Amino acid sequence: MPEEEAVSTPIRRLLYSLPILLLAAFGWLAWRGLAPDRDPSALPSAMVGKPVPDFTLPPLDASNEALSPKDFAGKVTVINFFASWCLPCKAEHPLLFQLQKDMNLPVYGIAFMDQPSDATGYIKENGDPYAKIGVDQNGRVAFNFGVQGVPETFILDRQGIIRYRLAEPLDPDRITSEIAPLVKSLQQ
Amino acid sequence: MIAEIGHYALVLALALALAQSVLPMVGAARGIRPWMAFARPAAVAQLGFVGLAFLALVTCFLRSDFSVATVYHYSHTQQPTIYKIAAAWGNHEGSLLLWVLILAIFGALVALLGENLPPRLKARALSVQGMIGFAFIAFMLFTSNPFARLSPAPFEGEELNPLLQDPGLAMHPPMLYLGYVGFSMTFSFAVAALIEGRVDAAWARWVRPWTLLAWTTLTAGIVLGAHWAYYELGWGGWWFWDPVENASFMPWLAGTALLHCETVVEKRDALKVWTILLSIVAFGFSLLGTFLVRSGVITSVHAFAQDPARGLFILFILGIALGGSFALFAWRAPTLQPGGLFAPISREGALVLNNLLLGVAAGTVLLGTLYPLALSVIGGGAVSVGAPYYAATFVPLMVPMVLLMAIGPLLGWKRGDLPGALQRLAAAGVLACFAAGYTFHLETGGSWLAPLGIALGVWLALGTLVEWVERVKLFRVRPRENWNRARHLPRAAYGMTLAHLGLAIAIIGMTGSSSWKTESVKAMQIGESVTLDGYTYRFDGVMPTRGPNYLAERATFTVTKDGRPYTVLYPERRQYEVQAAPTTESAIQSSLAGDIYAVIGDHAGPQSWTVRIYHQPLVPWIWAGGFLMALGGVTSLSDRRYRIGVPNRLPVVQATGA
Amino acid sequence: MRRGFRVRTLGALMLAAALALPAIAIPSAQADPTIHTADQPLADPAQEARARALMREIRCVVCQSQSIDESDADIAANFRNIVREQIAAGRSDQEILDYLTARYGDFVLFDPPFRATTLILWVGPFALLALGLVVAMAILRRQRNAKTAAGGLAPPDLSERERRRLQELLTEPDSGAGKSA
Repeated sequence: MPEEEAVSTPIRRLLYSLPILLLAAFGWLAWRGLAPDRDPSALPSAMVGKPVPDFTLPPLDASNEALSPKDFAGKVTVINFFASWCLPCKAEHPLLFQLQKDMNLPVYGIAFMDQPSDATGYIKENGDPYAKIGVDQNGRVAFNFGVQGVPETFILDRQGIIRYRLAEPLDPDRITSEIAPLVKSLQQ
Repeated sequence: MIAEIGHYALVLALALALAQSVLPMVGAARGIRPWMAFARPAAVAQLGFVGLAFLALVTCFLRSDFSVATVYHYSHTQQPTIYKIAAAWGNHEGSLLLWVLILAIFGALVALLGENLPPRLKARALSVQGMIGFAFIAFMLFTSNPFARLSPAPFEGEELNPLLQDPGLAMHPPMLYLGYVGFSMTFSFAVAALIEGRVDAAWARWVRPWTLLAWTTLTAGIVLGAHWAYYELGWGGWWFWDPVENASFMPWLAGTALLHCETVVEKRDALKVWTILLSIVAFGFSLLGTFLVRSGVITSVHAFAQDPARGLFILFILGIALGGSFALFAWRAPTLQPGGLFAPISREGALVLNNLLLGVAAGTVLLGTLYPLALSVIGGGAVSVGAPYYAATFVPLMVPMVLLMAIGPLLGWKRGDLPGALQRLAAAGVLACFAAGYTFHLETGGSWLAPLGIALGVWLALGTLVEWVERVKLFRVRPRENWNRARHLPRAAYGMTLAHLGLAIAIIGMTGSSSWKTESVKAMQIGESVTLDGYTYRFDGVMPTRGPNYLAERATFTVTKDGRPYTVLYPERRQYEVQAAPTTESAIQSSLAGDIYAVIGDHAGPQSWTVRIYHQPLVPWIWAGGFLMALGGVTSLSDRRYRIGVPNRLPVVQATGA
Repeated sequence: MRRGFRVRTLGALMLAAALALPAIAIPSAQADPTIHTADQPLADPAQEARARALMREIRCVVCQSQSIDESDADIAANFRNIVREQIAAGRSDQEILDYLTARYGDFVLFDPPFRATTLILWVGPFALLALGLVVAMAILRRQRNAKTAAGGLAPPDLSERERRRLQELLTEPDSGAGKSA
């Protein structure tokens, strides 16, 4: 003989259905989590939307002046962090020329935790797409940019606000689908 | 050739699993005896085929057949034999095969030992087991074939990750899988019971040994894993709340709640709905763990494959297995006959509260593990959920639970005498407070967490012993009577005592290790000494040595305590054949009071190395406690009442399975 | 019963003394000042201890399953230096954490902050506990209602076959308990 039910039937039915509802929620979550373009270890940038941090870095080329935000004030700029010991940096290097030549963007380079001599050798070997290169030997400037590793590429607007950050090597698809439209809108 | 035999055996196993899934289930629904009886030979043959496949894989490893991709990626000619064998399951594909093997073993065990099971229940349970097997064998054959070939065959392998070249790999995964997959059997029985529409004391008695076996091996697996991390990773930590570690902890929490629920169903015919739900949830957590480790959806140092396609397949399996059983639950659970009544203050009531706390604990761990994923998927940014979160949420939940664990066993079934129980525990309570105060007094830091932990451990240990004392009527009757009573207590009672004692000891160990661990990390010259907590370590030198597949630098540390020689430690720094990054082998000296732990790191200069020395108080108590818990499980398992093969004195059982 | 009580207490005291053994494990001296590989520790040991404790709460962005205290990555070394500098400069723990999260987001904190986005995370366990207690009380109240309705703790009606089986199960010769103390 069933006992008296202290809880009314709709609530009871809801409670019994709770597990499957929770499972459905999890399933949707997992489905989205498995999206092929999602990298679980990638961090969203905390610096996007913030003004570029102020810095002064010694130039790689001794004949130049120090690198600082004054150099690119008022222009849509690309800042690229690289290092001579970084293989993916070498792989993306040719695409920097594409940004510089085809899209007419000033590209500034920052050598991250690298010896000036090594960085110079790297540039000599792979070419120089950069308007100027700064040497960030102790990585403090990169820290202020929220850099996780190299290569990383930032795009700043005319007011010096960080608008875009890529924590991966550049690739042609991303340049056409993300960077080019953004740059176009920023240059208007 | 052997690889092809293994591969073909798997294909046959797949076909057999399909038959095992369909025929007995239909047979049970329609009452076709031969179809129901088919489950038994099917399950045994399933074991035969999967076992053959597993043997084939291990043979390929032993023969260093690098034309098999799995062997190429995870083995090497110079690898010691034990690691060639262990490497068979030290990777995604091979470990799946181990998973399916254990699934088949459990199915065959039930098929062979379950003579007294009602035919329909047995047929349905084995059928569900077959469905799970089918799903995972299909997953292997279509996405993760352990027998995939490489052409042309390489001459040498890529070698197993040095971190895995350790006895831990030989023991930890098999134990863990016995636990995970063991819950599949409980799951199958629960689903069978739902289909049948009846859950009763007899069902609980049949299911309990499988739950016990799964829980015991999972306990052992988790403790082995923690111990392995402790000595292998070189930082003296043993639990990191890593998503994969949590994935093994959640089934354990659910399994513990399940074990206790089953007792209530068996003794009092109550809490049936909870038992069924927990049976499904425990295995659900196992499947979730499988998903998290193999899908690439989260980052973890333990994760296997990073392949979304495989992840989708497992998600699909998860969805069908859990979705189907939860739907069945929503439909059928309300129709289960409600069982025995009990007063709120009673052993049942205490167990309800216990299960509530365990359930919330499991839910908390689930929340913490999945939250970063959930937040990132809905675009809410990235957040990390680490140890501080669990310290703030999980630990406070355990405090009332441990308090309850000493009280519950002293309450009677149906209606308990709480004041009486508390009175009997008074001494335990006083001593626990005393221990807390004493600890607080001795500590230099003044934190209250350590005294609390010690107090809880002492409370639980003494409370558990009080229960045994009460049962044996120690000091109240003559010693001969005590001995008689002690001898005739059911093994399950001793199982409980051992397991609860084990937990108490482990709690004390965990408290000591977390609160009083000290370290010294510095660059040391040969001849230099450092003192930590009364132990002096003299760095005597470094010698190059070589092992079967590695070169090493072996350091010597002479340890003295208060001037008297204590021990000599030999930490190593190894460079394996193929893998570039060096690994460290720590040197540990254990004692009742704790461990001293030395690790040698990089060169820090011409004659100097970075040396890390730790003092880990009470850490061995964690392993001892864990071992006791597992021993408690084994003791309970050996209880005559649960042994499956014992001929049932109740002849009625055969006909009632409808 | 007084004698029994005294003996029991004595026995319990001895046991407790044995269980107080853990106390011998409490360290009596402070550890040596520490360096992580090539790091320079702060001069003031109290500050250095504070720095180390703080470092254990900060997640390494490269080796994501480790704190910056454990990680060997260069970036982790950078973070450690920055934490030490900030402490030496007199910043509070919270200020330092804010300094880091401004540049790297909440991800670098192992202790998830309490924000709108983490509301469910922090409130969840307690909400779950509350919900569970409600459900548990409902179960227990139902038990009590049924009990009064059935006039005491009478067992539910069994069919004849079930009653017979129950009898057989109960009279199975178990040694010792089945019932508890």
